[in-house]
Amino acid sequence: MQFGVFSVSDITRDPVSGETPSEAERIDAIVRIAEKAEEVGLDVFAIGEHHNPPFFSSAPTTLLAHIAARTERLIVSTATTLITTNDPVRIAEEYAMLQHLAKGRMDLMLGRGNTAPVYPWFGADIRQSLPLALENYNLLHRLWREDVVDWEGKFRTPLQGFTSTPRPLDDVPPFVWHGSIRTPEIAEQAAYYGDGFFANNIFWPKEHYMRLIKFYRQRYAHYGHGTEQQAIVGLGGQAYIAKRSQDAINEFRPYFNEAPVYGHGPRMEDFMEQTPLSVGSPQEVIDKTLTFREHFGDYQRQMFLMDHAGLPLKTVLNQLDLLGEEVVPVLRKEIESRQDPRTAEPPTHAGRVREKYGDKPARQPRPNANRGDNVTGGSPYQDAE
Amino acid sequence: MTAQFQLVVVSAGTGDPSSTRLLADRVAQRVTALAARKQLTVGVRTIELRELAGEIANAIVSGHIGVKLRDAITQLQRADGIVASTPVYKAGASGLFTSFFQVLDNDLLIAKPVVLAATAGTARHALVVDDQMRGLFAYLRTVVVPTSLFAATEDWTDAGLTKRVDRAALELVALMAAGFEKTVRDESWGSYQHEFGSAGGTELTIDLDSDLMRLATGGSAS
Repeated sequence: MQFGVFSVSDITRDPVSGETPSEAERIDAIVRIAEKAEEVGLDVFAIGEHHNPPFFSSAPTTLLAHIAARTERLIVSTATTLITTNDPVRIAEEYAMLQHLAKGRMDLMLGRGNTAPVYPWFGADIRQSLPLALENYNLLHRLWREDVVDWEGKFRTPLQGFTSTPRPLDDVPPFVWHGSIRTPEIAEQAAYYGDGFFANNIFWPKEHYMRLIKFYRQRYAHYGHGTEQQAIVGLGGQAYIAKRSQDAINEFRPYFNEAPVYGHGPRMEDFMEQTPLSVGSPQEVIDKTLTFREHFGDYQRQMFLMDHAGLPLKTVLNQLDLLGEEVVPVLRKEIESRQDPRTAEPPTHAGRVREKYGDKPARQPRPNANRGDNVTGGSPYQDAE
Repeated sequence: MTAQFQLVVVSAGTGDPSSTRLLADRVAQRVTALAARKQLTVGVRTIELRELAGEIANAIVSGHIGVKLRDAITQLQRADGIVASTPVYKAGASGLFTSFFQVLDNDLLIAKPVVLAATAGTARHALVVDDQMRGLFAYLRTVVVPTSLFAATEDWTDAGLTKRVDRAALELVALMAAGFEKTVRDESWGSYQHEFGSAGGTELTIDLDSDLMRLATGGSAS
């Protein structure tokens, strides 16, 4: 089981101090948060992608490459990469590059994006969001697995003899999670390709995700990737931790009350009772998180939203100390003892290399000399015809 | 013995007792009595929107459905007939009433028979039910009975109101007894728009034989 933190990259006014951080301050802060995640023993750091204020993360691979360079064990990921408004060719290139630089310590989560005005900025239309996502991923999947791709679809310029470079590290494509909270087609696509499925698990009561995760598991087995228990599931969650639960509640309330999305809405206590939000002592957060596997089955990755809603950097770092030192070690132990032994290992590059090659060396593609195009003649790589 | 039909009364009245609730209760009583004449039993449940006001507001701004609101949605999902009653404010249905029906899934009330009722302090609001409320319930694909009910202060002492209540109640009983909702839902449910988890969390059909599903599994978009 992997544990990590994810951030949507919001730049939100701190409702307690009244200060809004600058973009520069937030970008510095996020690097510090990612480094801290590794220091306290977490496995994953993920960042969102947005193309409008008040968010800063428009170029996630640049940020993640920088973080990968400053860390040693941390897996960098996204939450989410927009599979709708990004050209799948650019996703293939940028994330393969990140994969090389991070030495395989990366994966990515695909999402559609629900901000209508963003779509036309990139020549897309939100009303086509679902077919766009599905078609784009079909192409992305091939670009990372076939050296030369001929392709024609409804939404993008056709490709003839296109090679996405660099080829994935060790010729093993980055692991992909498909994030969705209510779209069976996305769950079906994740299952069809044997990819991971991630349910954000933050805004709605759990029954919502239970149905979709169950469907994904059934279809994963249907397509012959393994049993239902071996499907790769990730969950989001959110927590605010303090040694004493009353302190957690008092400290977090002003941020909850003005948080983007659910702020100015339900009472925090109701939200805690009816959604996966935990605000309390380490033990309370542990207890609540341990219930997730009872509802969703054993899963591979638990992400926490801890950097949001204007919480100052100092508080977020303190939260990560508590998460990494007092919550996650207990969760690891407890889950290990309760977990079904048939549960799949969480995805890592090393594991996927082993799965593909066993003890044999991994493929290291070396290109032939430039000959102008990939359409004529054989493979652009020396080791293939 | 369990009732053959469930009638759900939705009242946006704010007083206790409120004339809005009173009007709705009169309809419910008449529905029960008229059904009994046809050897049909009707169970009545009441949703007081006043008690859900906070959760309705939360649902509008954050999408979060609270426990009491969830329960009301379940009751409506199971209803065979609905009496929806609201006070008129500023020449329109109460915002609480409108907000409640706006947070429901589009397909929750498909083909359900509905009596619409409104109360006001003046007869000048008399056309609010027919001119404004019917549109909302048409959007929700309900079947609103032909007789709309409206009670201004003076109507409470007028035998005409009782007559209209009787008429609306009989129309509702006729629609319920005819099994209109069941026929539509049994034979045509799939032809309405749904989302996964809509209809109050009961719509869980997944059509694997669709263009989008073919696209999801490596096919091409049509």
